[in-house]
Order: sequence, then structure tokens, then C-alpha cells
Amino acid sequence: MKNIITAILLTCLSPALSAADAAKVGQPMPKLSQLLPGASIPNTSGKVVLVDFWASWCGPCVQSFPVLNKLQSKYGAKGLVIIGIGVDEEAAKYKGFADKMKVTFSVVHDSSHKAADFFGPSSMPSSYLIDRKGVIRYIHAGFRGAKTEAEYVTEIEALVTEGK
Amino acid sequence: MKSASFFITLVFAMICLSSCAEQFVRVKPYERGNLARPVMADNLDPLQKAMTEHAYFSREAASGGGGVGGGGCGCN
Repeated sequence: MKNIITAILLTCLSPALSAADAAKVGQPMPKLSQLLPGASIPNTSGKVVLVDFWASWCGPCVQSFPVLNKLQSKYGAKGLVIIGIGVDEEAAKYKGFADKMKVTFSVVHDSSHKAADFFGPSSMPSSYLIDRKGVIRYIHAGFRGAKTEAEYVTEIEALVTEGK
Repeated sequence: MKSASFFITLVFAMICLSSCAEQFVRVKPYERGNLARPVMADNLDPLQKAMTEHAYFSREAASGGGGVGGGGCGCN
């Protein structure tokens, strides 16, 4: 009987144990060039990096792009690098959306979902703010307009002045 | 002997069934491109859905379950 209970518990727990871990605050950011081979990724060493996962089919992503454009123009000179990772399966949709939104920051296509599998975004869009040392400091799940924008501004201002 | 074979069958069944667990079949947020297509919506005609819901709500005093609030009095 004891064996049966142990087997039941192990079987129930095994999916939870085997589930891939999502990126967490305090974890170092991996080399994006390894996750996205062939993509042109800007130099991020010693910079504050905002990694944003987006898709052409995601409604809030449409709202987030003008904000990200604004943040890039405001804090780009202070050391902020925004990298938008598009997770569309079709390259045409990815490109069409990026062109339509007139992006002023770097966008890369993660068609194989290698980067998405590593970061494990819990919703779309999801973004990760990384400090100058390459450590994930803040994670944003979803985009809630002015609220998220205000959070971005506060966090980015703190991070760009940090370690200077 | 009987209990051992029962135990082995049970473990085998559980291992097979564990692949049906939610963790294995869950569609990740970044894989929902096809699910987000308009054709995947539960109702392709929002106007018709709204009218049907209103008919149920006001004529049949059936409210709730369809996202319509009210007491079913037909006064809306």
C-alpha cells in the first residue's frame, strides 16, 4: 500500500518537477546571440537592456510599441538598449508588424522559440529589465498602458544611474 | 504475486496517463498565434450573439451563463 501511495505521489509530481523553469529576478541574462543564432543583436555589455517579447497577434503589444519607441529615444543615450523579440511563427507577419509599428529599437525574430523557451514569458507581451551587470532585475507580464509606462520609467531611471 | 502484478499495472497506467497532465499539453503564451485568429473565436458573429443573448434574457427569463446581467424581467 505504501508503495502504491509513493508511486501515485511521484507520478503526480513528475510533470511539475520536469516543467521548465522560467527566468526569474536575480538570474543572469543568457547570451542572446546563443539563443538567437544569426540574428543581429546590438551590443549589450555594460548597458541596461529591456527584452520585450511580442507577437503580431497580441493586442497589448500594439499599445506597448509606441511606449517602447519613446523609451528608446529618451534613454538610448543614457545606456538603454531595447530588444524586441518577435515570436510569430510566420516571418512575414513578424516583419509586417515591425514595419507597421515603425520601431526605433532592435527587433529580432525568434521563430524557433528558443529564447521564449528560456525566458518562459507568462503572458504576451512580457518584458525583462536587465541591469548593467547583466542581471534580470524586473519582470513585467502584460502591458497596462500608463501604469506599465510609469513603472518602466521609474525602473529604467534607477537602472541607468546605477553603477555609474 | 497478484498484488505485485496489480502494482506494476497501476504504475504503468499512471506513467502512461501522466503524459496527459496539464504541464505537458499546455499551450504556452507565445504559441497562441493560431488560437488568436478571428476564425478561432467562439462566435464569429458578435451581433447575432448579442441578439440571441438578449432574446434569451428578455423572453425566456434566462440570465447568467451568457455574460448578461439582470433579473430576467424583460425590462432591458
